[in-house]
Amino acid sequence: MAFNYDEYLRTNKMPTLWCWGCGDGVILKAFIRAIDKLGISKDDLCVVSGIGCSGRFSSYIDANTIHTTHGRTVAFATGVKLANPDKTVVCVAGDGDALAIGGNHTIHGCRRDIDITLIVIQNFIYGLTNSQTSPTTPRGFWTVSQKVGNIDPTFDGCKLAEAAGASFVARENVTSPKKLEKVLVEALKHKGFSYVEAVSNCHINLGRKNKMASAMENLDWIDSITMPKKKWDALPEEEKMNYLPTGILKQDKDNLEYCEAYQMVKDAHQGKRGKITQDDFKKKI
Amino acid sequence: MSELREIISTGNDLAAIAAVDAGCMFFGGYPITPSSEVMHTISDLLPAVGGVAIQMEDEIGGVAAAIGAAMSGVRSLTATSGPGMSLKAENLGLANMAEVPLVVVNVMRGGPSTGLPTRVAQGDINQAKNPSHGDYKSITLAAGNLAECYTEVVRAFNLADRFMTPVIVLLDETIGHMHGKAMIPTAEAVKAGIKPRKTFDGPPEEYKPYGVAQDEPAVLNPMFTGYRYHYTGLHHDADGFPTEEIETCRKLIDRLFRKVDEHRDEIELNEEYMLDDADILIIGYGSASLAIKEAINVLREEGIKAGMFRPITIWPSPEKRLEELGKKFDKILSVELNQGQYLEEIQRCMGRKDIEKLTKTNGRPFSPADIIEKVKEVF
Repeated sequence: MAFNYDEYLRTNKMPTLWCWGCGDGVILKAFIRAIDKLGISKDDLCVVSGIGCSGRFSSYIDANTIHTTHGRTVAFATGVKLANPDKTVVCVAGDGDALAIGGNHTIHGCRRDIDITLIVIQNFIYGLTNSQTSPTTPRGFWTVSQKVGNIDPTFDGCKLAEAAGASFVARENVTSPKKLEKVLVEALKHKGFSYVEAVSNCHINLGRKNKMASAMENLDWIDSITMPKKKWDALPEEEKMNYLPTGILKQDKDNLEYCEAYQMVKDAHQGKRGKITQDDFKKKI
Repeated sequence: MSELREIISTGNDLAAIAAVDAGCMFFGGYPITPSSEVMHTISDLLPAVGGVAIQMEDEIGGVAAAIGAAMSGVRSLTATSGPGMSLKAENLGLANMAEVPLVVVNVMRGGPSTGLPTRVAQGDINQAKNPSHGDYKSITLAAGNLAECYTEVVRAFNLADRFMTPVIVLLDETIGHMHGKAMIPTAEAVKAGIKPRKTFDGPPEEYKPYGVAQDEPAVLNPMFTGYRYHYTGLHHDADGFPTEEIETCRKLIDRLFRKVDEHRDEIELNEEYMLDDADILIIGYGSASLAIKEAINVLREEGIKAGMFRPITIWPSPEKRLEELGKKFDKILSVELNQGQYLEEIQRCMGRKDIEKLTKTNGRPFSPADIIEKVKEVF
């Protein structure tokens, strides 16, 4: 029998406002399958989104959902999670949302390693507002704010997350929905900050002006610039910058999750333990 | 009023103690002078009672985390000063639009910009009225002495839950850093007086969080209790989902005003000091009122009958009472540590322009002598 997505969707909010052929729907479905696989109750799930096409993600899921301000998803979610450490809290943001206006919150969510899964829908452009340059738009691409070609350097959100301290980092494409689902299952299972980049298409606001006007052309391009981490690792160093590795890029199971760390603070204040010292941590500086 | 207890403390510490006594379980903030002590103190108090205090990466994160916790159903606080208020403004707009109860303590310092970080001002009166863009009605209280740093924070939590909106409590540097004796209600009395937010306990399919009477706030159940709904800063319908339907949009903003305007009696609080037989009316709030009271005592010894009107609820303003006082008194002096922000509101409510003003914006508090001199000069 086919999987019943309706159980997790607010079907009366359909159709979505996403364009025909948009990858966001693939991510939504993969996420729902992952939730189902893990048996997470809709009542125990909070989905927080920001602004942009990805901002509407939360409104379609039949859970406790929050559509916040631009870039602030992780900060809002941090409040939800710390006040309800036993619940599942998931953030959904776009590349502009998570890496430009919300970059600071992303960095510090990773640093705290709080048990939140952040799905960054990475489509290389500001889609909803019609094609402005994002921190991941390749140089030389047409954008509406750089019509002669984008000169702004890009950065790799996964590398950022890794360096900032996220204990789980992964990337998958919407062209591999099963792999994406698997990665999301692992991310949700992981106790710590899970940064998942879901590489998606925006043939309407990225593709049309960059020689990939159809969803298929845009998706083919995504496949051409991504490859499994193992293959990527074997590339000559000078070629690595032109490809994005996929799969689980980092998983540290020996981490100290933030809500658990905060329990130490509560215990110390409640006289259940002594003061917290450097001896409590493996990493000393 | 129930039994009082004596406490020796500072304004900022009293604000933190009040929050915890009022059932606050979450604090999100960021260091800023002169309000940091609120965070320092609550960081000790909250984990001791099972709550959480977190220093976030910036002011925006501080208020966002506090709103997130409040959305999930717990009483929540953030504290800051002027520059932090400016940064928090956008998310306060979301809390106003989505009707999330929250208490914001703003310990005012000199501005604009970085201004005078360690010195007093009352320059954030206009900002408190509308910190964010857009149309909504905010509630702002101003503590005028040490005890009120406690009682007004308690009142703010109850008002926030009653009206499902952020409530700003204005302290100023003088009051926040003042150290002394205060008589405050017992923690038991405060706990007994907690009025939690309204909740819906019918079947989830009949739950309409924003489908309420036109003068009432949203009914937002705590999260994770089986009532799954949606928060958004977009215009939304009775279910909380985005809409651009004309009548729904009109009614939403109308309701954000009416839920406050039509219940002003539950919000308004003023102090009147020696007004009954007075010839001169002095209007002031916050720390300025301490100097005003002292000045009135001295003036009366000299035979000059002055009295004070002090709004404790700043927004919405005490329109009716100000109008009455404007008719009763010929000689009126407005005293505030800005160039006359509240004076404009007094003029509006009284419908007259001939109000004398004493202002100061050099980071120094008023002394009673400043006020005595001004009264003698103009009246």
